[in-house]
Amino acid sequence: MSGALRRTAAALLRWGRGPGGVGLQGAGVRAAGSGAGGGQAEQLDALVKKDKVVVFLKGTPEQPQCGFSNAVVQILRLHGVRDYAAYNVLDDPDLRQGIKDYSNWPTIPQVYLNGEFVGGCDILLQMHQNGDLVEELKKLGIRSALLDETKDQESK
Amino acid sequence: MELSATSLRDKLQRDLEADHVEVEDTTPNRCATSFRVLVVSTKFEGKPLLQRHRLVNECLAEELPHIHAFEQKTLTPEQWTRQRQK
Repeated sequence: MSGALRRTAAALLRWGRGPGGVGLQGAGVRAAGSGAGGGQAEQLDALVKKDKVVVFLKGTPEQPQCGFSNAVVQILRLHGVRDYAAYNVLDDPDLRQGIKDYSNWPTIPQVYLNGEFVGGCDILLQMHQNGDLVEELKKLGIRSALLDETKDQESK
Repeated sequence: MELSATSLRDKLQRDLEADHVEVEDTTPNRCATSFRVLVVSTKFEGKPLLQRHRLVNECLAEELPHIHAFEQKTLTPEQWTRQRQK
């Protein structure tokens, strides 16, 4: 890994611990340097692969600044996903544009599962509604909280 | 390049050979130019959600940079029929 990439990776703060957790306050991504084409794509690639669940939001999980970003946060919360990386594009204009270029997707929020771009709020919502999200989380070794709810109801 | 519900609807209908298109201008609810679209097309058959949405994005590649918020629902004709029956 190049020096620049290592510095960037070290500078990235991860947060989004979800309700009841201890959140890391403060900065989102520090995108290194000028955001020049190739370099930034590599950085973003490393970023989305660093954690199983990665989201790019307007705002933070604690304080979303946009209804669509909030929807993503709420859906993850419903499934009991607490351990995910959330990056606030409002903190960093380079990131805001860069992640759109990287995924070839025009809007924020953006959701990545296992390093792969899944979609925005619309898609996550539909996946939540049709059960696909539970399955995708299972593939990542994450047990959705909604499975436990169903179990509780069945045992009553 | 025109940015109206009508022009978007026509473009989507044409490029995606859609059976049905609805375009709602949601700008009043948001802080800037925003739209919500529903597209029903056989072109979506056999395609996962992300691919469907990318088709729509490609169709509106010229317009999207000028749209602040964009919501989309993409259905096959079968899904559309089923949904309306509910």
